[in-house]
Amino acid sequence: MEDYIVELTVNGERISSPVKPEESLLKFLRRNGFTEVKCGCEKGECGTCTVIINKKTVKSCIMLALQARGKEIWTAKGLEKQELGRKLQESFVNTGAIQCGFCTPGIIVTAKNYLDQNPIPDKGEIKKAISGNLCRCTGYKKIVDAIYAVAVENQKSI
Amino acid sequence: MSTNTKILTQEFEYFAPKTLEETLGLLCKYKDKNTKILAGGTDLLVKMKTINLNVDYLINIKDISELNFINTDGGLKIGAAVPLSHIERVGKVKEKYPALYEGIKSMAAIAIRNMATIPGNICNASPAGDTIPPLIVYSAELKLVSKRGERTVQVEDFITGVGKTIIKADELVTQVNIPEINNNSGSAFSKKSRVKADIAKINLAIWLERDGNFCKYCKIVLGSVFIKAVRAKKAEDLLREQIVNDDLFIKVAKKASEEIKPIDDVRSIAEYRTDLAQVMVEDSLKLAWGRAGGEL
Repeated sequence: MEDYIVELTVNGERISSPVKPEESLLKFLRRNGFTEVKCGCEKGECGTCTVIINKKTVKSCIMLALQARGKEIWTAKGLEKQELGRKLQESFVNTGAIQCGFCTPGIIVTAKNYLDQNPIPDKGEIKKAISGNLCRCTGYKKIVDAIYAVAVENQKSI
Repeated sequence: MSTNTKILTQEFEYFAPKTLEETLGLLCKYKDKNTKILAGGTDLLVKMKTINLNVDYLINIKDISELNFINTDGGLKIGAAVPLSHIERVGKVKEKYPALYEGIKSMAAIAIRNMATIPGNICNASPAGDTIPPLIVYSAELKLVSKRGERTVQVEDFITGVGKTIIKADELVTQVNIPEINNNSGSAFSKKSRVKADIAKINLAIWLERDGNFCKYCKIVLGSVFIKAVRAKKAEDLLREQIVNDDLFIKVAKKASEEIKPIDDVRSIAEYRTDLAQVMVEDSLKLAWGRAGGEL
C-alpha cells in the first residue's frame, strides 16, 4: 500500500513523516525519536504508551498514526516544559515512586492530564485515575503518594 | 484468542472521510470487501493484532462533524463519533439515565473511554458489553443509514450473537436515540469484574416505573450470561403490576438467576454467575426502586 503523509506536533515540535496505514501511533513516535513512549502489552491494557492528544489521554498502541493527523501530542518528556509535569517528575523521584521505571512515563502523562482537570483529588480518586496504568514493581502505594504530594502542593498554592 | 502480534501484520487502505455522504459512498463501493468502520478502535485494532481479523479497507469516522453531537432535547440523541468520556460528562445522562452513566463509568480506564464510542461497543457485540444492558432497558434505538435509505432498529433486536449483528455491509450506525423517561421511574446498573476497568463476569441493568406501591412496568437485562445481553422476561412478569415488597424482590431475583444460561469461561464459572445474578438483581431492584421514589 502507498505511504501517507502524517503531519502533527509532538511536544510543541512539528513533525512530518510518511507512514503506512498499519503503523501505530506508538511505533510512529518511537521511530521519530520519542522513545520515552514505551512499548508494553501493545493491546491497550498496560498504559505505558499513554500520550496526551488534544488534551486527552489515549493509548498510542491502539491508535493508528494516521488517526493523529493534525493533532497536538504531548509525551512524558515534553511535559518537562510544563510546570505541573516537572513537579510530578520531581515528586516521583523524591517519593521513590520509580522502581524499574517502565510504567513511569505513562503514569506521569496520565497523572498530569488528570491533575489538569482535577487539581486537588483525594487518594481514592487518584487510584481510579491511574487504573489504566499497570505497575508490576511498586504495588502503587508510592505512585499514589507521589501524585498526592503534588495535589497537596496544589491545594497550598490556591 | 491467539498470540498478540504487537504490530498490525496486514496491509489495508485507510480513509478518513469528512462527510457522511462520502462515508456511505465508500461503504457502498467496498461492501463486498473486508471493510471495517474505525470509530475508537479500542476493540478493532486489538482484534486486528490478536485474532488477525481480515481488513482490506478501514474507514475512520471520527472526523465527521455530522456524527459528533449530543442532543438532550426530548430524550437523548448521541452521534456515532462521540467518545464515551464526553457522554459521561453530560449532566442529563447522570441525572436521568443513571444506568447508562454507571455502565460507561465502569468501562476500562479514561484513556480508553476518550476513544471508545457507544456504537462501537454495540457493533463489537460482545456478550459482556457494558453499554448494552442499559441501552436495552431504556429502549434505545440505532439509526442505520446507507445509500439505499435509513432505518431504525432497537438495540435489543440489533445484536444476534457473539460478534454478530443485523447490520448490512453498506450500512453505518449514525446515532443512538434514547427516549425520554418519566419522573416516576428509576434505573440502576451493576457489574462484577475482577478489578476495576476489567471485562464483566456479569453485568446488568434494571429500569422500573412506579405507580404508588405498584411496579407498573419493568425491564431486567443481564449481560455476560448468554451469547448476548438478555432480558429476564419471566422475572419481569413476576414484578409487573405487583405491590412491591422485600419478599417480591427476592422472588424476582431468584427467578432471574434461574432464567439465565451462563457458561464457564476464563472470567468466571456458570455456578458463580448464577449465584451472583441473584444477589445483584435484588440489590439493583432496591436501588432502582429507591431512585423511582419508592419505599420498602
